[in-house]
Amino acid sequence: MTPGTITPYRSAEPAGHDGFAQLLRAEWIKFRSVRGWIIGMVVALLLMLAVGLLGVQADIACTSGPHAPVKHGAACVTPVPVGPGGEPVTDNFYFVRQPLTGNGSITARVTSLTGLQQSAASSAPSISGSQHILRVVQPWSKAGIIIKQGTRQGSAYAAMMVTGGNGVRMQYDYTQDVAGMAGKASAAHPRWLRLTRSGDTITGYDSADGTQWAKVGSADLSGLPTTVQVGLFATSPTHVYLSSSFGGSSSNGVPSMATGVFDRVGVSGQHAGAWAGDAVGGRQGLVPPGAVSQGIVPQGGTEGYRQAGGTFTVAGSGDIAPVTGGPGSGVGPSGTIEQHLVGTFAGLIAVVVIATMFITAEYRRGLIRVTLAASPRRGRVLAAKAVVIGLVTFVLGLVASVISVLIGTRLSANQGIYVFPVSWLTEARVVGGTAVLLAVGAIIALAVGTILRRSAAAITAVIVGVVLTYILAMASLVPLPVAEWLLRVTPAAGFAIQQSLPKWPQVAGVYGLPDYYPLTPWAGFAVLCGYAVLAMGLAVFLLRRRDV
Amino acid sequence: MSAAQAAIPDAMHAEWTKLRTVSGTAWLLAGVVAATIAVSAAAVAATKCTTGLGCPADTTKLSLTGVYLGQAVVAILAVLAVGNEYSTGMMQVTLAAMPRRLTVLAAKAVIVGALALVAGTLAVAGSLVAGRLMLPGNGFTAAHGFAALSLGHGSTLRAACGSVLYLALIAMLGLGIATAVRDSAVAIGLSLGLLYLPPILIALTVTSPVWLHRLQRYTPMTAGLTIQDTTGLHGLPITPWAGLGVLALWAAAALLIGGLLLRVRDA
Repeated sequence: MTPGTITPYRSAEPAGHDGFAQLLRAEWIKFRSVRGWIIGMVVALLLMLAVGLLGVQADIACTSGPHAPVKHGAACVTPVPVGPGGEPVTDNFYFVRQPLTGNGSITARVTSLTGLQQSAASSAPSISGSQHILRVVQPWSKAGIIIKQGTRQGSAYAAMMVTGGNGVRMQYDYTQDVAGMAGKASAAHPRWLRLTRSGDTITGYDSADGTQWAKVGSADLSGLPTTVQVGLFATSPTHVYLSSSFGGSSSNGVPSMATGVFDRVGVSGQHAGAWAGDAVGGRQGLVPPGAVSQGIVPQGGTEGYRQAGGTFTVAGSGDIAPVTGGPGSGVGPSGTIEQHLVGTFAGLIAVVVIATMFITAEYRRGLIRVTLAASPRRGRVLAAKAVVIGLVTFVLGLVASVISVLIGTRLSANQGIYVFPVSWLTEARVVGGTAVLLAVGAIIALAVGTILRRSAAAITAVIVGVVLTYILAMASLVPLPVAEWLLRVTPAAGFAIQQSLPKWPQVAGVYGLPDYYPLTPWAGFAVLCGYAVLAMGLAVFLLRRRDV
Repeated sequence: MSAAQAAIPDAMHAEWTKLRTVSGTAWLLAGVVAATIAVSAAAVAATKCTTGLGCPADTTKLSLTGVYLGQAVVAILAVLAVGNEYSTGMMQVTLAAMPRRLTVLAAKAVIVGALALVAGTLAVAGSLVAGRLMLPGNGFTAAHGFAALSLGHGSTLRAACGSVLYLALIAMLGLGIATAVRDSAVAIGLSLGLLYLPPILIALTVTSPVWLHRLQRYTPMTAGLTIQDTTGLHGLPITPWAGLGVLALWAAAALLIGGLLLRVRDA
């Protein structure tokens, strides 16, 4: 007799599917069958819109002169010149120019670049004496040679220049910047600059002695007309500085001016021969009374040029560069597209509450036991929940942020606020990023809810970690170094994805909060995602290990 | 002693027993103190005054920075005092035992408020001690024109006592909201949203001076925390005690709405 084996009972029913799709469906049904959560999501969407759009409550009034009628709203938006790439630009400089037809080149030697700056400490609007004028040159004061489509602000150009503190540069079409020789220009160490035009291509060279030339870069200015303006220029950007104090840091700007001295100026090709001076973009602010008598500024005004023999002295103020936010921009009341997305916080708070309840409600009701009995692979259950809540939040966030930005920018413009235009790619990143930001926030809330299993504590943890840190940093409630540190290491760093204005290394500015985050948009977003990955990892680990 | 007279002390005793025997309460109270002191100390440690120029002038407010975080923990404590009863069904037992619902809410308010006052006192005292010890090391010395933090200064004493009261009022606000919505998750979301959203609007989005002024004067956190200001009082949008009064009105309104709903609704 052989010992019989006992066959365990198996149900004759075919095994049910337990694929991920089924899990997703189960979690989606759980989500949509709780009326409160659907209402909550709609509330989140409405909150986002309401907070984002109601914030646009400006009443900009302006007048073009002492007797001119006061205008309101959209009539007050000063048009900002737009560069060839569509970006807003500053295009203010003093231009000593003549037309050049066809191919040719311009060469000049720069023997000096000096500067004046209104004292930041006594930044009173009216300057009463020359003691308020400092003899300092800005790091990005510029003097050099330029080939430009015309004198219209925002037109295409390529320029070779010496700068106050960044050596020789070749810059073109506002956003492009190539470094040439290092060091400052002086009589002992002059800088030779040359630009040659060949068709649409303009090539820049520099030299220390006028014989040994080095190519710095070449610019492709497509669509350049046959006749262009060539010549000498000088310009100097607003000196911006941060006056920080506890409970508030404000950035301020004071005007500055640069004076370049040129000689050995030569133009080859079909050109007029006579020079003409123009303040492109109008004359700029700094009027130092002492400067004229001291011979720093040419007679007859702030900006201008003087020709003595072969030596040109050109003084100018302004900048040829992309516009940045803050006081250096000089565009009046202005805003960014992401300002209309401030409702993200209101939406996020509501989303965090719902996403946390998506798991804590299961613990509270004991439903988690049924869920895990039905699908024992716990990690996949949590993954399904994350996908469902993440997708729902993403869709909601996308709808809300598209509407906010579309309507908000129009509202702002109608009320007299200049909204910095950005490329559609940037706009897509800001709008889409906001939706993903909300989705990742929801996933973090879900994970923290799984870890803590208690709604109040989990919701508070996420709101404090994301929203409070953001408030402390943005509302200047903590000192600036702490604020920047908070926006580097806490989940609030993720809001950098909403930053639409780029930082330009070739433009001196206060790249600070609230327009500029300490981390780049994607780096900040990566920090947030890092938290999400950590929280989900810990949540899956604990969910697997713990009894339910 | 008639039944009505005994109701309030009995209700308070019951509420105290309930809160005392839940393990979360002690942790949350410790959390209030720890979170407040830790953030205050971190803010002080990160602020250096090297030249005397541009130093943050309000060392008292700086030393009390942790209240921004401490209030969130106070809000949890208050919300859970009501929310936990609803989530476990305990509320039905409570109201069966004590049918005078407003008495129950009043007893809860007294107990939770007292706990918030105790934790708040420890948290504020600890923060000020940390500030007093650390500030001179960061350059906030008499040479730079900063006296050591001391409750002997009227404005510092006002800021300290006011911050403790602020935390207690936040507890009342949370309690009222939780009673009204009967769900911990929604209540904590509403409480923190009410506290934390207006400062973002003030800092970032609202450009109209009229609305800015209104938000600064009438929102619970921004108005309430003016009680911590000891310098530049003329530039404040609202005077410190009036600011705390605004928060008290918010808390009273929340308790009133919570109380009314508790009275008229089924448990």
